[in-house]
Amino acid sequence: MTADPKTNRQGYLRMYRQMVRIRVFEDNANQLYLAAKMPGLTHMYSGQEAVAVGICEALRVDDKITSTHRGHGHCVAKGAEFRPMFCELLGKAEGYCRGKGGSMHIADQDNGNLGANAIVGGSAGIATGAALSARRAGRDDVTVCFFGDGALGQGLLYEVMNMAALWRLPVIYACENNLYGEYTRVEEMAAGELTARAEAFGIEAHRVDGQDVLAVNRLAQDLVERARKGEGPFFVQLDTYRYHGHHVGDINRGYYRSKDEEALWKSERDPIANFGRWLSEQGIAGADDLAAIDAEERGAAEEAVAYAEAAAYPDAGEVAMHVHAQTPALRAL
Amino acid sequence: MAEITLAKAVNQAIAEEMRRDETIFLIGEDVAEAGTPFKVLSGLVEEFGPERIIDTPISEPGFVGIAVGAAMTGSRPIVDLMFGDFLFLVMDQLCNQAAKTHYMSGGKLTVPMVLRTNLGATRRSAAQHSQSLHTLVAHIPGLKVALPSSAYEAKGLMKTAIRDDNPVVIFEDKLMYNDKAEVPDTEYLIEFGRAEIVRPGRDITLIGTSSMVQVALGAAETLAREGISAEVIDPRTIVPLDEDTILDSVRRTSRAIVIDEGHRSYGVTAEIASRIGEKAFYHLDAPVQRMGAMDVPVPFSPALEDLTVPTAEQVAERARLCVRGEVFDAA
Repeated sequence: MTADPKTNRQGYLRMYRQMVRIRVFEDNANQLYLAAKMPGLTHMYSGQEAVAVGICEALRVDDKITSTHRGHGHCVAKGAEFRPMFCELLGKAEGYCRGKGGSMHIADQDNGNLGANAIVGGSAGIATGAALSARRAGRDDVTVCFFGDGALGQGLLYEVMNMAALWRLPVIYACENNLYGEYTRVEEMAAGELTARAEAFGIEAHRVDGQDVLAVNRLAQDLVERARKGEGPFFVQLDTYRYHGHHVGDINRGYYRSKDEEALWKSERDPIANFGRWLSEQGIAGADDLAAIDAEERGAAEEAVAYAEAAAYPDAGEVAMHVHAQTPALRAL
Repeated sequence: MAEITLAKAVNQAIAEEMRRDETIFLIGEDVAEAGTPFKVLSGLVEEFGPERIIDTPISEPGFVGIAVGAAMTGSRPIVDLMFGDFLFLVMDQLCNQAAKTHYMSGGKLTVPMVLRTNLGATRRSAAQHSQSLHTLVAHIPGLKVALPSSAYEAKGLMKTAIRDDNPVVIFEDKLMYNDKAEVPDTEYLIEFGRAEIVRPGRDITLIGTSSMVQVALGAAETLAREGISAEVIDPRTIVPLDEDTILDSVRRTSRAIVIDEGHRSYGVTAEIASRIGEKAFYHLDAPVQRMGAMDVPVPFSPALEDLTVPTAEQVAERARLCVRGEVFDAA
């Protein structure tokens, strides 16, 4: 994406649409939970859309990502469709993982999504290994490892950042600092500067406003292209905010954050509203255009929810399938 | 046929597979120039270079995680975990990530990786370098677990493990690296889930794993001189487990002792013994016996350590009791 909006209207509108898709997906997922139609819990990405979209719009289909328990946004941003996503959330056979993974384990390898991960920081090794794999095979795909500020407490991250730096792997560690790890503020859990952790390994670290999709995308494009050329790894701290609680059931949050704080982020720093305003100011899209996108995507999400609700559960015979991959008969010697 | 050590057999298996398949690489601590503390991998870096024989920092969870990600994206990594005891360090990456990825993704992602490590006490290495922890990983669906008991098996099972599309954990007995056995000059594989009747017999079945196969064979030799014919079975892989061969044998002999170097409680011996109890109970003439490492952390002092692992003499004595119908409270 170039800096000149007039030459790239489609790209900007696509970023806007992708952010809207995440928001409406989450709104519908939350409704499914509130209506007691969804098994288990889920973690909302609402508020953080500019992070996933800004980064994933800088990636090719064959670039890889690893995601987190708060992963619907990454999944949508990397190109996933609503129907198999909602099917997965409801445990239906047509889900991306045939209902076996659920919200916290959606993987969409056709689009390079190696999967969400319910262990905080658990995918840091996988992302780094994917980058090693690419380099060994002579491919130029790049891997982005998404994780939250909470994952900074996990030793695995430091082990693999060290190796990624030693071996100059094409991986970007994207730390989404949404200010809270579960129910505790980041300042209470992470000593020192977040970026200093990566800098200690000699990894070039950046900090960007995670509510500004253009800023995120500009930085991501630069780093992805440099990683492709072998200049990685990189670390990015993206300052953002989750609108909901830790999970959908985390309703009474007063003991760890104020309603005023939540209201401030939503009213002044909403990534979709702010980008929409910018698009209007630049004359790229009028209010009607944006409203049409909103309506289209909301309709698509509602249609997908209805589809998923009516879809079939996996057959009982599937419970023991996929424990082991079927290795092709021992290859002829 | 050539007679080679178990260490050489592992080395040959890896080298042959790496020549065959460019996507294989090996990763771990001191695997390159050092060739591991046991020198099992000596010479590989000279042939395959540091891009394929990759030395890592001392970061077990990190390099296992990297192997998982590499396996998901087109590589076939072999992870060298220097001591089986370090499994505790890598359990999340192995059991929460590698083991579950295929299932959680509805069969879309695969993790074709091998984690080779070791087991076995009596090396005077004390409690954190002597454990036999294969039970821990055998408990987790999604992993396969191989336990070679000779150079022949070490080579054939390793080659099969490398070609398997699942995460396979292969445990070598670190006291057996210098043990020699005949290995075919031509290439061979050993199928997983196929137990080997190492020694046929009529009166009692001794099911031994890894190092305990030798112990069982030693006991069988002693018993033979006394007119007791013991059949020795080596499962070779405990996941998948060749239940049929074990049950067929016990139905013929009507007696069984299961011997494994893991701790006696909640382990491999309990699993196999209970399957015999469930499925061959009416063929039994004696309670199924279990022999394993004592339920204590492995002690350092030789005077104590040697007490913790079953010996051929102890197995023979337990077999005599079974055959004479004198097992009342053998524990």
